[in-house]
Amino acid sequence: MNPQAPAYELIEDAPHALRLTLSGDWVQAQAIPDFPALRSELLALSPEQLAVDGSSLGEWDSLLMAFLLQCHSFCSAEQIPFAAHNLPGSANRLLEVATAVPSHQRPQEVRPPLLERLNPLVALRSLWADLRESVAFLGDLGIGLARLVSGRANTRFSDFRHFCYQAGPDAFAIISLTSILVGMILAYLGAVQLKLFGAEIYVADLVLIGMLREMGVLMTAVVMAGRTGAAYAAQLGTMQTNEEIDAITTMGVSPVEFLVLPRVLALLVMLPLLTIYADLLGVIGGAIVAGGMGITMLQYSAQIQDAISLTHFMVGLSKSLVFAVLIAVAGCRSGMQSGRGSAAVGNAATDAVVTAIVYLIVADAAMNIFYQQLGI
Amino acid sequence: MSEQPHISIRGVTMAYGPRLIQRDLSFDVNRGDIFVIMGGSGCGKSTLLKHMLGLIQPAAGDILYNGKSFTRADPASRDAMRRGWGITYQSGGLFSSMTVGENVTLPMQLYTRYSEAEIRDVVNYKLALVGLAGYQSYYPSEISGGMRKRAALARAIALDPDILFFDEPSAGLDPISSSLLDELIVQLKESIGATVVMVTHELPSIFSIANNSVYLDANSKTMIAYGNPRELRDHSDQPVVRQFLAREASAAAENAQ
Ligand SMILES: Nc1ncnc2c1ncn2[C@@H]1O[C@H](COP(=O)(O)OP(=O)(O)OP(=O)(O)O)[C@@H](O)[C@H]1O
Ligand SMILES: [Mg+2]
Repeated sequence: MNPQAPAYELIEDAPHALRLTLSGDWVQAQAIPDFPALRSELLALSPEQLAVDGSSLGEWDSLLMAFLLQCHSFCSAEQIPFAAHNLPGSANRLLEVATAVPSHQRPQEVRPPLLERLNPLVALRSLWADLRESVAFLGDLGIGLARLVSGRANTRFSDFRHFCYQAGPDAFAIISLTSILVGMILAYLGAVQLKLFGAEIYVADLVLIGMLREMGVLMTAVVMAGRTGAAYAAQLGTMQTNEEIDAITTMGVSPVEFLVLPRVLALLVMLPLLTIYADLLGVIGGAIVAGGMGITMLQYSAQIQDAISLTHFMVGLSKSLVFAVLIAVAGCRSGMQSGRGSAAVGNAATDAVVTAIVYLIVADAAMNIFYQQLGI
Repeated sequence: MSEQPHISIRGVTMAYGPRLIQRDLSFDVNRGDIFVIMGGSGCGKSTLLKHMLGLIQPAAGDILYNGKSFTRADPASRDAMRRGWGITYQSGGLFSSMTVGENVTLPMQLYTRYSEAEIRDVVNYKLALVGLAGYQSYYPSEISGGMRKRAALARAIALDPDILFFDEPSAGLDPISSSLLDELIVQLKESIGATVVMVTHELPSIFSIANNSVYLDANSKTMIAYGNPRELRDHSDQPVVRQFLAREASAAAENAQ
């Protein structure tokens, strides 16, 4: 059977009473007539009633139904009585189902005008709001911590242990690799300059001080921001999507105590430990390069023993504590405030990493200036 | 048309690793059936549906569509068979990063030759069918749970499928939407000749639209009844099945008083 081209015809039965006859096969791959064309014809004729006649209709599928639905919506918008005759039985009933619920009109969203969006005051205000939220989050965290210390918080030790394991031992491999390489990079950097003065042996000092005070802790923190901070944001964002956080709240448990606190504490414990480990490996990395430059192990270790001091070590350690809080807070805050849905969780994870790295660098600079002033 | 069943389950055993869920399931779904999978919570209804969809391989047995093995088919022919199916999942399965309209548009863009304008019109029509006309630009997170269910349904019927698989389509719907949904399922079946396989606990819709069913038992871990649910309610030799289906009757009796 050859398919017949779908078509419609408007016939005036009586004055202002139109009949719309449909013919042909209204199926995919046929040139289905456009409704806008019919619409303008109807508008020109301004009928008082419209009857659809499907007696010469051939095959049909959803395309016919879409067309009929548009006719129906047009008629109800223009308050023209609409009737359908001789349509296939199920087409008639599908049309009834489709028109049973009136169409929803999305309320217009008020978009602020461009000028207002570019207004620096508005931008400043949103920055201020953001800052206040961060402070509020830190405040919640402080309250949770106080309750924890007084033994009233709903924080489970098993969660804490689990997150410690995730943040610590699971990260060993990547931290080992990055810190050995950073130690080697520092040594190479110094070797070229120090050679000019014949002071190659001071490579050991450079690597040691560089790792302890700065690079060990910063590199570890950056890796952990990408690894653990993003994981926190994704976990909490998914829990937000699944209404798990709502469930926790309605159980009368503070999500900060139950979810955020164990994560923050775990990172607070693990990041300093990882930093010490990274320092050690960095110094070993430096030794490898120094060995290549003709400095013996004995000379290198003697020089290290000379240069090492508790102050350098404590500077790095104090930084690692601050960084741990910053990474965990950035991750948890993004996660808790994430929207619902896969895209929102992705944004939360990105946000967590970006804010954490910005926080890290700003905090590092600030602490360096502070220690400089103190002469440490 | 031959008398061949549309879907045949042949001695299927389902297990998650060592954990047996159901064994020795054998039944047929005929073309044009509205087939209901019944059973208590956790007995393996969703699992059976996932086996029929090929998301999980049966531990034993075979599943045939139109007499062709689906279990042993290669991935390309599985995809070809799946193209004629419309599926909704128990928890929706809508893409949360796309609007409702885009969710319904996607299968049409992938598998039809509709023009842009035709797609838009058909999407409007499909959403109107499930009572969501006008919600095209909403994201799944901005509509209610029951609306998400219906949006998923609109996506499932986007391609006028041959077989419709629904996992609890009316859970979370009010009685009126739920009866509109029943009407819609019957009309879809009649207009496109689709076979419907669904998991549902809604006794009213089971009795009003289903013409065939299977009951999975959690204790004996196998099917204990197969047939028209109305007949099972009155004549099943399994008391559990009669009880499961008779709650409707007792509720109706209470209403009559
Ligand atoms: N991914 C999985 N891994 C292991 N076991 C599973 C998995 N999914 C489900 N199960 C188990 O299989 C059994 C059947 O689950 P299924 O989801 O099929 O139940 P159901 O009959 O659909 O229940 P409901 O009516 O509550 O949706 C349950 O006991 C469940 O614990
Ligand atoms: Mg289920």
